[in-house]
Order: sequence, then structure tokens, then C-alpha cells
Amino acid sequence: MPEALGLQHFLLVGAALFCMGLYCVLTRRNAIGILMGVELVLNAANVNYIAFSRYGVGGVDGQVFSIFVIMLAAAEAAIGLAIVLGIYRRSGSIDVSQMTSLRG
Amino acid sequence: MSELVFYLLAAITVLCALGVITRPNPVHSALFLVMTLFMLAVFYIILEAHLVAALQIIVYAGAVMVLFLFVITLLNLKGDPDEPAHPLLRIVAYAVAATLAAGVAIVLMGDAGVVPGGAGAGAVLAEGFGGTRALARILFTDYLVAFELTSVLLLVAVVGAVVLAQREPVAEAPLTETGEDA
Amino acid sequence: LWAFAAAVLVLIAEMFWPYRSRRGVGWLTIAALLAIAVLGRAPSEAVYFGPIALDGFSGWCNGLLCLVAALSVLMSLDTLEVNGVTRGEYYPLLLFAVAGGMVMAAATDLVVMFLGLETMSMAVYVLAGMGKARRRSNEASLKYFLLGAFASAFMLYGIALLYSQAGSTDLAAMAGLAGEGGTSAVTRLGAALLLVGFGFKIAAVPFHLWAPDVYEGAPSPVTAFMATVVKAAAFAALLRSVLLAMPWVAGELQTPLWVAAAATMTVGNLAALRQRSLKRMLAFSSVAHTGYLAMAVVAGTSEAAAALLFYLAAYAAMNLGAFAVMMLLADRGRPAENISDLAGLGRARPLAALAMTVCMLSLTGIPPLGGFVAKVSLFGAVLDAGFYTLVVVAVLNSVLSAAYYLGVIRAMYFDDADSVAAGGASAASRVLPSRPALTVSILLAALAVVLIGLSPSPLLGSSLRALASVAGF
Repeated sequence: MPEALGLQHFLLVGAALFCMGLYCVLTRRNAIGILMGVELVLNAANVNYIAFSRYGVGGVDGQVFSIFVIMLAAAEAAIGLAIVLGIYRRSGSIDVSQMTSLRG
Repeated sequence: MSELVFYLLAAITVLCALGVITRPNPVHSALFLVMTLFMLAVFYIILEAHLVAALQIIVYAGAVMVLFLFVITLLNLKGDPDEPAHPLLRIVAYAVAATLAAGVAIVLMGDAGVVPGGAGAGAVLAEGFGGTRALARILFTDYLVAFELTSVLLLVAVVGAVVLAQREPVAEAPLTETGEDA
Repeated sequence: LWAFAAAVLVLIAEMFWPYRSRRGVGWLTIAALLAIAVLGRAPSEAVYFGPIALDGFSGWCNGLLCLVAALSVLMSLDTLEVNGVTRGEYYPLLLFAVAGGMVMAAATDLVVMFLGLETMSMAVYVLAGMGKARRRSNEASLKYFLLGAFASAFMLYGIALLYSQAGSTDLAAMAGLAGEGGTSAVTRLGAALLLVGFGFKIAAVPFHLWAPDVYEGAPSPVTAFMATVVKAAAFAALLRSVLLAMPWVAGELQTPLWVAAAATMTVGNLAALRQRSLKRMLAFSSVAHTGYLAMAVVAGTSEAAAALLFYLAAYAAMNLGAFAVMMLLADRGRPAENISDLAGLGRARPLAALAMTVCMLSLTGIPPLGGFVAKVSLFGAVLDAGFYTLVVVAVLNSVLSAAYYLGVIRAMYFDDADSVAAGGASAASRVLPSRPALTVSILLAALAVVLIGLSPSPLLGSSLRALASVAGF
């Protein structure tokens, strides 16, 4: 294993993905774009889990958690897209900024 | 040598992730997301997590992304009609993301080394570290409860998706699209 | 574990008769919930089954969650059709949510707790979106879903960081984190992200924006469920993880927590003042109560934790009562959600008006009732922990909250029906379909509020015992 390839490298990739996901969620206007942003953040958490399981003291547990994360992402995608479909059939658009019927 | 490979991969992943964010057309950003997933799978292999890498490709890139693309095409979205209305939101979002990135990076760079008792980069790992057998042994002994929980979670997701996606009244043929997935 | 297994068993059984008559399924659900509450009473000694700990604390929380859920199911028996929920799956999903909540309260492992949280959230996202007939319900569930998914992704990232430092996600391992003199930056960041996830779930200030919209959009029975059971489960999980396992979190992140608690109270109360719609007002009042509860987390002592549990029980009873009365007035065409609809209720339906008055007075914290005792015990505990300014803010807020709660009472008794805008007779005086189950639930809730007020000792004692049995205290 190359000496230089330490934990930091992977954590940096994880952090980068995390922030891009954050940015994507904040700026996207259609619901599916936001869902993708959330997927990015989930993947960032996944990278961290695996990196820590490899370098950290945790042993193989980290990978078990990343399997749960993947399962979670699948469940979330299913529910999210079902909701988006429901909204689309009702109002023709899934643009988050136009949903004003609930304004406080 | 492999450090060079790592930097190359990292660059591609970041580019794909950027693609996901910037592309107005959701189909493009979905495909970029699939690319990012593949890159991550390669990372997992470098990190000796072979089973998870395989899972990632099959389950995540395979099923979830297909669901995304399916729903996007079903709704035949043209993509964001225009840039998000007020650039202010973009700047604020950008600032928030950038500061958080800096914060997390500083913290991780500074302390990452302090992972207590972390196996060194070169530590020799148990044979078949990330392999299916090692993972299966742990998954079904220590984390059996959590595993059952995820099955309950998926059951709720399936039921929820069916409830939300089905048209009223039930008699009418429900939507053919996959409201529920794997 | 027995309680949890029963919950899952019932869920599966439930699945197969969703299309029998709705009421039959509803009664079955209540029977199941009560059975679980009884079985769930904690076994004498702490039984550990992998990451799920069945000790006094989880027994007490299971009991609370099941009883409150049973009451909310009782309330929803007649009012489902009115709120546009026609699917049979309402009850199984509700049971899933309660099962998820129970897992959250009993989990000693962060990942298992996270999975319990997700199971509950998934079920509630769908429940919120079930009133498909009305567009608002769809939007409510979408908004709740997007923010919920985002917050749980944050939380997951935080757990990953904590995992790195502690080597495993077990709460006991986390407790040792503060050992080597002060926590490292990564641990603090992980804990902060974890609190972000929790903050969203209990609708504390920086993350409370979704609450009023989603509460208003979702069908009323679901809103009642969300405001009580979901919040109670989230606080139980927060209590177990932050107070019991990671006391250093309260120490390290004291000031932000302190500010969040104070801000939640004030924002909740101020916003509620301006509301015309009763439902939104109740939503903001629940945000305000989250602020009071968050104070106990800041205090971090065991008395504060016991006071928090006690407050949760009293709060649940009061809130359910208020929602039940509101639902009584809703009928086919016009869900009566505005305060003006309550006009003249005093004469038209004296009983319902009395129950509403009891709940409103108790929410403000007027002496004889449960709300007062809960607030006194909570403020007392926080005072002992030395947060004087925080308690002063809380007392001021309670006074502020009196304004809008009494406003409701005034509308009921003093505005007479005909002074209401010409839009036909106000809901109060319209002939409404009789709803036996709903009236029973109103009586139960009001009775519970009065009972807690008059004789708090049994409930307070049991919450203290529950806490004592948890490891780490």
C-alpha cells in the first residue's frame, strides 16, 4: 500500500462531496435536483465510513454502515420520487419555489 | 505511482460532482451522478472495501439511478427554465458551502492523524478484509438487529410509495411507473 | 424486545386487511397499541438485546409513545374521511411510525437509533402526504421530506465523524470520548452535526421553518400525531444520546444550545401571536414548547431529564385535547381551522368548549392544571443547574403565550356566533355529524390534563425511576 495515501486524502474527497451536495440542495429549484444533492451528501458520508473502517480502529464495521447507507438511499429515493410524482400529477410542476399555497 | 492514480481519480470525481450541480438539465446531472458513483466504487476498492464497491455499483448506480432517470423521463422535464431566480440565493448558498468546506477540511486535515490507534497506511490487513465473508460474519452477528431494522425501513418505503403513487380510486390501473423499487 | 416484536407483528398483520371497514382496522390498532403499552412496561432489570436496551427508560418511553399514539388513533377514527384520507394504509403506517419511535428510544447504538429515526420519518412523510385530495397535503409532505432527508444526511455525516473517533458507534464508547482531556475538533464537529439532525426533528429554531407549513398542510389527525409522538420520540433519543451517553456535548456546545433554546421559545410564541388559523397557532405553540424542553437538554442534570419526560407527557395530553376539539368542528366542506370558527362554541357545545379551555389554560401553565406542574418542575430543575437568565426568558415567554391561548378562549365564549363574518353560521353552531370516538378522546385528554395537574407525583416518580435505571446515571 503506498505510504503517502493516508486517511486525509479520502476525508478531503468526502468533505468536498459533502459541500457540493449542500450547495446543490440549496440552489436547485426542482425537487429531483434537491434529491440528487441529498444523494451526494449520503455518498460523502459513505466515503467517510469506508475510509475510517480502513484506517481507523473500527475494523470492518464501517463497511456494514455503508451498506445501511446505500439501503437508506434506496428507500429515500423510492419515497421521494413517489411524493414528487404525486405533486406533479396534481400541479404540473415540481418547482419548489412556486409552491406558495402554504405560505405562513 | 498509485498516489498519482488517486489524484487523477479524485479530480474526476470532483468534476463529475460539479457536473451534477451545475447542469441545468436534470438528465445530465443524473448521468453525472452515476459517473460519480462509479468513481466512488473505485475508491472503495482502493480502500479494500470490495463488497461495498460491488454493492454500490449494483444497487446504487444500478437501481436508484435508474429510478431517477425513469422518473425524470416520465415527467419529461425540460430542465430548470432559468437560473435560480435571485442570484443572491446562489451567492449565499455558495458562501455557506465554501465556509463549511473550509471548516470541515481544516478539522479533518488537522486531526485526521489523531484517529486513535488507527492502522497505519501500510498496515497489513486481515486477509480478505473487505471481502464478503468478513462482512457477512459481522453483519449477521453484531448487527443483526440493525439489519432487520433496515428491512422494516424498506417495507415502509414500499408501502409509502404505493400509497402515494397510486391513483384514486384504486379501481383504475395504478401508474405503471415503478413507484416502488428494489 | 417483546414490545418491539409485538409492534412489528401487528404491522404485518395489519397489512393484510387494509380494505376492511376503516373503523374496524382503527379499533384493532388501538387494541394493539394498548397491548404494547402494557407489555412494554420495563422488565425489572435492564435486558440488553444487541443494541436495543430494554431498561426502565425505554419501557417508560414505550408506554408514553403507545398511549399517546392510541389516543391519536382514537381521535382519527371519525375524522379521516373529512381530512381527505381515504386509504386503508393510514393505521399500519402509523404503527410503523410508533415502532420506529420505540426503537429510537431504546437504541444504545447511534446507527440503530438513526435507523429507527428514519423508519419513523419515512412513515410520517407518507402520512403527511396522504390527504391527496388537497394540494396542501402533497406540498406539506414534499417540504417535510426534502428537509428531513437533508437533515438526516447531515446527521449521518456527523455519526461518521463520531465513529472515527470512538472506533464504534456504540453510545458507551462515545461516553469515553471526552476522556483524554477535552474533545478533539472532529468529535465536536461530529456532535454538532448530530445535533443539527436532532434540531430539525424537534423543530428547534434554526430548523423550525418547516414546522408551521407542514403542520398546517398535513391532515389534522396526522398533525396531532406529529406534534406529540414524533416530538416525544425525538426528545427521548436526544435525551438518551446527549444527556446520558455524551454529557460532554452539553458542556462543549453549551452556548449554541443555550441560544437555540431561548430563540425557539421566543420565536414560537411571537409567531403564534399573529396567527389567525388555529392550526398554525398550535404549530407555533408546539415550537415554543420545544424551546422549553430544549432548556432541559441545556441543563443536563438528571432532574432536568426527569422533568423533561414529565413535561413531554403533560404536553402530549394538552396538545391532543386541543387538536381533538379543533377536529370536532371540521366537517365535509369546511375544515374549521380558523380561530374565528370557534366563535360561540361556548353556547353551542359547552362540553367541547370546556375541554378546549382546560387544554389552553394548561398549555399556558395556569396553576391547577398539568401544564403548570410540568413547567414548575422543569423550570426548577433548570434553575438548580444554574441557568437563571434562561429561566427568566422562559417565564417571560409563558406570560407571552398566555396572550394567544386566552385569545382562543375569548373567541369561544365572548364572541357570539352572529358577530362572525356573514359566511354562514360559524362552524360551532352548525349541525355536525356526531363523532363518538372523537368526543371520548377529548374527554380523555382533558381528564388526563386535570389528573396530571392534581396528582403529579405518580407520573413524576415513574419518570425519575425510569431515568435512574439507565446506565450512566
